[in-house]
Parts: sequence; structure tokens; C-alpha cells
Amino acid sequence: MAGELVLLDFWPSPFGMRSRIALAEKGIPYEYREEDLRNKSDLLLQMNPVHKKIPVLIHNGKPVCESVIQVQYIDEVWHDKAPLIPSDPYQRAVARFWVDFIDKKIYELGSKIWKTKGEEQANAKKEFIECLKLLEGELGDKTYFGGESLGYVDVALVPFYSWFYAYEKCGDFSIEAECPKMIAWVKRCMQKESVAKSLPDQEKVYEFILQLKKIFGIE
Amino acid sequence: MGEVKVLGSWSSPYGLRVQWALGLKSVEYEYIDEDLLNKSQMLLKYNPVHKKIPVLVHNGKPIAESAVILEYIEETWPQQHPLLPKDPYERAMVRFWINFLDNKDKVAPFMTFFTGVGEEHKKAVNEAKELLKLYEEQVLGEKKYFGGEEIGMLDLAMGWMAYFGVIEEIVDVKILDAETFPRLHAWIQNFRAHPVIKNNLPDHDRLLQNYTEKRQRFLAYSPHTENA
Repeated sequence: MAGELVLLDFWPSPFGMRSRIALAEKGIPYEYREEDLRNKSDLLLQMNPVHKKIPVLIHNGKPVCESVIQVQYIDEVWHDKAPLIPSDPYQRAVARFWVDFIDKKIYELGSKIWKTKGEEQANAKKEFIECLKLLEGELGDKTYFGGESLGYVDVALVPFYSWFYAYEKCGDFSIEAECPKMIAWVKRCMQKESVAKSLPDQEKVYEFILQLKKIFGIE
Repeated sequence: MGEVKVLGSWSSPYGLRVQWALGLKSVEYEYIDEDLLNKSQMLLKYNPVHKKIPVLVHNGKPIAESAVILEYIEETWPQQHPLLPKDPYERAMVRFWINFLDNKDKVAPFMTFFTGVGEEHKKAVNEAKELLKLYEEQVLGEKKYFGGEEIGMLDLAMGWMAYFGVIEEIVDVKILDAETFPRLHAWIQNFRAHPVIKNNLPDHDRLLQNYTEKRQRFLAYSPHTENA
């Protein structure tokens, strides 16, 4: 069933991390290929002509693009190992709703935090924290968003943790101080090998952001 | 299979997707029309995060976001008129295209086609045509429907095209014409003719009147309005 599996990825991408975690959770072997986004490979351009973006999951030569679609695909094909998406239709809908929320808010707000200053940055920080608080509410007293085991929402959200240090340094604030429950949840996730091995070091991500800021001429 | 309510808005393609899906599966539901300028307490209660329609309420439990609702409908009523293919890869492709066309950057040209004027409008026309070309050639291809022989989830997501003609009429610019996009044009005819869709399209005259008024307002407020 595994066949040939290749993941075209870029080490700091939180979206790529989602697929890494999903594959690791299910113990599925695959070939990881690092893309240089300033010099995209022919394979990437051929496999994702519409967006030309990573991650791209190539299964037996056929590409699946968009991380949330990849995670769903992985869960459907390897459905008997470590299911990520709940089996109850209503719980699935709730999980999909929150993943959609994360996709609409977290990356964009996080980007504003490191890219902007002054009022724009202040607003982004405020909204970012509000979003995390809403997610904390959804987590409630559960160990993971998925309940007792890692689920779809956990996999979609935890990669952004690798960027938290960068956001905090650029935005001069503490995410843990505002959202302790979120950080407690992150720490539980990081105890899982599938997560710990899929996320890069936060300091490395921060250095990467600093380089990007230089390249884009952002203060 | 329990009580089903849909909170929608008469001209919203996102709400219509949900109504069409339920109609195709012969699921009875109560439709509640929302005035988006005066949202009901019910809507704010059922969708506190986004405060938007559509919302599906099944046995008192709410679900928001049309793409999420469609997946729920498919999973809850799987036997009648399946909306997704069985093969995981084909499902991934359907989800990819729904995700693509719902992206705000891909919706924007069609919005600006309606709201914009001058250079901004010209740019929107070009971008819209490129997207339509992609949809016609790469997504629909030779198929009767995006879903193949039968209407599927992607057809429902593309359903806004079924009454885009009214917008073109009001703006007085045609982009989705039969010569340039023969397959999309044929798809629109087939889609509109389906009994479930036919009985669930926004009223033409109401659309015309309502959207003409809206267009006038955009033109009146726009600093770029060319003299007629």
C-alpha cells in the first residue's frame, strides 16, 4: 500500500511539518526532499503547476497538494494506523472547522507579527492571542484536541509552535504568559516522537526569519 | 434522520451549496433566511466564531463553513446521491479544487468584476478569464459535470457560475461566453436544468433589481468612475 512516497518540503514550513507528523504518526516510510524555494526543482513545478508551492506529497507518481488535503489523504489511505480524523461525522466536522480556522488566521497573523511594526503589529498580536485563546477554549480539559491521542487539529496547529519564539522576539511578547494552556498542550505534543522529530529548532527558525527580514528589507 | 435546519441567505452561493446537497440527497430541512445586515440571535449563537452563513444545524448541533458542511452531509447521508468519489486520490483532487476556488485570491477577480471600474475592472476581467480557462480546460475537461456523469461536490462549489449571467448583465460585460468557454457554458445549462438546482436558484428578477442597486452604489462611491 505504501508504494513510492516522496514529500517535497522546506524545513521551516509549518505546512510541510503537518504532513511529516502525519506520516510519522502512522510509521509510514517516505523520501523527504528539501526544496530551495529560490530555485524550485523541475519536479516541484511539474507536480504543483497551479501553486508551485510546497509541501507536495507524491504517491506512486501522483501529486497531492495542500497540507490539509495531504493529511486527509494520508489518513484515508493508511486508515488502520493511528487515525487522525475522528470517526463520528459531527466530531469530524468540528475538527475540520477548527483546522479551517487555523488556516485562515494563524499563519497570516503570525506573518504580520514578524513583518510589521507599530499599530499593525500590535493589532496582529492582539488578534493572534485572541485566536489562540479561542483554540484553548476548544481544547478544554482534553489532553489533545483529538482527545486521548493526537488528532487532525493537533497536527494542523502544533507546527506553528516552531515559529512562536520568532513571533515572540519580533513582537516582544510572551505567548506562554497569555496562553499557558496552549503551551502546556504544545509540551505534551512535543513529547511525541512524531512531533519532536518533525519540528525544527525554534532558534533556527528565528535565525531564518532574521535572514528573510534582511532580504525583504524589513526592520 | 433528525431535524435539519439551514441558515442561509437568498443569493449566497455558499448557502445554496448546502441546500443543493441536501436536495440531491432528498433530505428535508427547514430553511431560515438571514438578513446579513441584521443577523439573528440564532446565527450569532450557532456561529459565534465567524458569525456567517451558511450554518447547518442537525439535531440542535451547529456546523459552519460550507466546505465543512458539505463533507458532513456526505458522511451523514452517504447512500443517496454520493457527492464524492470513493478513491482517496480522486477525493483529494475534488478537495484541492474546492479549496482552490474558495481561496479569497481566486474569488476576488469575480468580486471586483462586479464592484470595480476602470483599470481595476480591466485587470479583474483578465484574471477572471484566466481562472475560467483553468476551470474549463483542466478541471472540467471533457466531463459532463465536474463530478463526472453526476453532479458532485465540486459542481456545487462551482454553482455560482450558474447565475453569474445576471452579474454580467448588470455590469454589461460578458466574460463567460459560449464561444470562449463552450464546455463551461454547456455545464451551466446542464447544471441549471437539474430538477434540484432548477428549483433552488435565486430569483432572476430579484437578483437583477438587488444587484443593480448594489452596482449603482459602488459606482457612485468609486473615485474612478468614468463618465458614461
